[in-house]
Amino acid sequence: MTESTLRVENLRTHFFTRQGVVKAVEDVSFSVGAGRILGLVGESGSGKSMTGYSIMGLVDPPGRVVAGRILLGGKDLRTLAPDEMRKVRGNRIAMIFQDPMMTLNPVLRVDTQMIEAIQAHADVSRAAALERARDALARVGIPSPQERLSAYPHQFSGGMRQRVAIAIALLNKPDLIIADEPTTALDVTIQGQILFEMQKLARESGTALIWITHDLSVIAGLADEICVMYAGRIVEHGSVDQVLDAPLHPYTHGLIDSVPSRGRRGEPLRQIPGMTPSLLDLAPGCAFRDRCARADGACAEDPALSSPVAGRQVRCFHPLTQSAVA
Amino acid sequence: MAPPYMGILHSAFWTLIFSMPVFIVRRLMQSVLVLCFMSLLVFVGVYAIGNPVDILINPQADQADIERAIAALGLDKPLWQQYLIFLKQALAGDLGKSFAYNIPAIQLILERMPATLELALAATGMAVFLGIPLGLWAGLKPDSWPGKLIMTGSILGFSLPTFWVGLMLIMLFAVELGWLPSNGRGPTTELLGIPVSFLSWEGVRHLILPATNLALFKLSLIIRLTRAGTREALLQDYVKFARAKGLSSTRVVGVHVLKNIMIPIVTVIGLEFGSVIAFAIVTESIFAWPGMGKLIIDSINVLDRPVIVAYLLIIVSLFILINLAVDIVYSLLDPRVRISEAKG
Amino acid sequence: MQREQTPLQRIVADFAESRLALSGLAVLTLILLVALFAPLISPQNPYDLAQLDVLDSRLPPGSRSGDGLTFWLGSDDQGRDILSGIFYGLRISLGVGVASTLCAVIIGLTMGLCAAYFGGRTDGVIMRFVDIQLSFPAILIALILLALLGQGIGKTIFALIMVQWAYYARTVRSTALVERRKEYIEAAVCLALPPSRIVFRHLLPNCLPPLIVIATVQVAAAIALEATLSYLGIGVPITEPSLGLLIKNGFDYMLSGKYWISFFPGIALLVTIVSINLVADQLRDVLNPRLQK
Repeated sequence: MTESTLRVENLRTHFFTRQGVVKAVEDVSFSVGAGRILGLVGESGSGKSMTGYSIMGLVDPPGRVVAGRILLGGKDLRTLAPDEMRKVRGNRIAMIFQDPMMTLNPVLRVDTQMIEAIQAHADVSRAAALERARDALARVGIPSPQERLSAYPHQFSGGMRQRVAIAIALLNKPDLIIADEPTTALDVTIQGQILFEMQKLARESGTALIWITHDLSVIAGLADEICVMYAGRIVEHGSVDQVLDAPLHPYTHGLIDSVPSRGRRGEPLRQIPGMTPSLLDLAPGCAFRDRCARADGACAEDPALSSPVAGRQVRCFHPLTQSAVA
Repeated sequence: MAPPYMGILHSAFWTLIFSMPVFIVRRLMQSVLVLCFMSLLVFVGVYAIGNPVDILINPQADQADIERAIAALGLDKPLWQQYLIFLKQALAGDLGKSFAYNIPAIQLILERMPATLELALAATGMAVFLGIPLGLWAGLKPDSWPGKLIMTGSILGFSLPTFWVGLMLIMLFAVELGWLPSNGRGPTTELLGIPVSFLSWEGVRHLILPATNLALFKLSLIIRLTRAGTREALLQDYVKFARAKGLSSTRVVGVHVLKNIMIPIVTVIGLEFGSVIAFAIVTESIFAWPGMGKLIIDSINVLDRPVIVAYLLIIVSLFILINLAVDIVYSLLDPRVRISEAKG
Repeated sequence: MQREQTPLQRIVADFAESRLALSGLAVLTLILLVALFAPLISPQNPYDLAQLDVLDSRLPPGSRSGDGLTFWLGSDDQGRDILSGIFYGLRISLGVGVASTLCAVIIGLTMGLCAAYFGGRTDGVIMRFVDIQLSFPAILIALILLALLGQGIGKTIFALIMVQWAYYARTVRSTALVERRKEYIEAAVCLALPPSRIVFRHLLPNCLPPLIVIATVQVAAAIALEATLSYLGIGVPITEPSLGLLIKNGFDYMLSGKYWISFFPGIALLVTIVSINLVADQLRDVLNPRLQK
């Protein structure tokens, strides 16, 4: 296996609320290499965004990363001093957020918001920074970037704003970009354009990309590998083709099944019964067992990640076999 | 085909252009209405409830003087004509002479105005320059003990009556400690022909206690606004994105947070300036500050009625002007207001 | 929840959760009792000039008067016992504050309900008045009215009513409008229920919680405003001094170190206002449906 850009080992992020401890991220491990795209899939509240924030060192109190290692180029980010970590953020790791209407500061001009991102990490003149900002806007396909630089965010459409956010993420040529559902709030056509460009940018520049989403169809066309998260844990991991064609975990199977497809038109839509459990003081055992048709007494124990097929991992006592999927 | 957002931009642009003058004209008309209404109220108060002869004519005047004044004021005419005469004279700047000072009431009030404005500006300045940093602190660290202390202080600042705090300030700093004067304005220096206190050290010493007293309520208000705005802003994605860009926390707070909360704060400061001038009545009375507020209370106590009438009309006009100015400035700051006003 | 509670039981239980609010309520109850029974518990009747002796004037706290009465909090320039003055002053202050708030609530409630129910022209006229009034600070409106009307308890109450009613009218109207748009009111209108039934059975009860909260805060504000006006010498007359006037009377002596004439009435005023605000704060949390668990 090649040297990974980012390697996360046994990450745990807990929230210490007045009502109890919320284990938002529990024993999460994965790695992503240069130019590769990792899809992090799960429902809202599954801990996928919090995994992203944990890597960035942006978990707010009462939350805290309590255990694990976050290795960027072999160096554990958790051991860095706050100011060293600040120099990593936006420089070696960049993040893009879900709602482009909210991520750009409404009262600051786009050039201000781009220049400050450059000058926070490099001692460059305003003019040089401005030039880099303009190039970055051009690279993400914003027409007449010179004029757009002096505009305010509300003068852009949603798709254009997300392109600006992506341009800001690219400014310092990071090794890793964490994209937290960046296309969810956009129209389908614009979503397609942005997906295409992100994929191209990652491949060309050798940037590693973690794409966080709840939308399996986005991941299908974009990612190389996929991690499925449920209740703060990774329940399945493998290449995109393997996981989507032949899921091992009942939850992954349920997720894929609940996507409406043309092949099953007319049949009632399938759904996963029940609701995601509250992460507050979650009881031990498989968190999915209450919604799982295959659950039995064994599931009251915590299942470990196992590798029934080479190159794949699943956290289940009763993984699906190939015949069960069909 | 043009992208869909062009249509929205386009219509917003035209709404803006068309709504500007309409908005200002509408506000101006409202202001004139309010002024008419208030002048009517003052008129009714003076002419219909009280006896205008008592109110407007010096009790020391002899019979011939009184009759001449009745004819001059048109008190023998029907009420609606009297109102018109009253309005005409008010517009001409003639609201009678002060009994106590024997100079035109309007002139008397205008002479006292700079003292009040200086006090109000000093208080507003104090409230802003202390309130915003304290509010930021309380907003950034709401659970720390300084954060809690600041909030408790601002709650007290809200519920304590201004005059009571003023008395305590005098008792502590003037009587017990003897650090600061509590009485009057001290020596004044001319600045562009206007007498001001803040240019001499002695003047500043006289200004400190009354300005602190007057500032306290607004200080509490600005602390609360800033704190609430900061806490709100910190939850926004743009703050998280700014941090994700690797900006220092100084820049995140000083630029990204502060710039966003300044719009409501500036508006409130403007809107509250009128109420600072109104509350100056109390502070000026306590600290014997020779402004319009002390003048009106003194005039009420010696029944110097032309001054009372003139003060009421001037303060109401001042208020309407301030409200109008703030409305216009606010509409310039925030396009959403203009658009909703144009529709509404 | 273990067992069914009536709404009132829930409100009481929620209120009791805050120790601070409970102690505020206790202090407030004590103050109300003192004000109510002032003639029975005061060492002296401060209105009875025959009981006063000029020789006893401006005595420091703890001194004894010529006839053996102890001035626990000192005496004023007329030789009046400060403690008795405070007890009687509380009556005036609380009386003016509560009476004006009650009247203003009734007027504001009526106006707000009319504006919300009838809408259109009625709404426009009422709300225009409210808007104009709320664009001026309360103290200025009270000052204008009292400057024109002159001193007096009745006139002070009138001024405080005029200052307050607009707040209630606006609150009631906005709550009632939210309620009026709900479907069950439309259903009631379709069923041709009489307007009075719709207004009193449906609109009114929904307007009460916010109204109670605002009215509690406003009692404190009214007391503070009355004290301020009386301190300025344009509120209640000298014959029946409220706390504000007691403070004013001692102000000149304070500069010469005789602090007690102003200081103790000031403390009484402060404690009253703060205890009302503590109760109001907790009431707001308890009655706010959005905060209910």
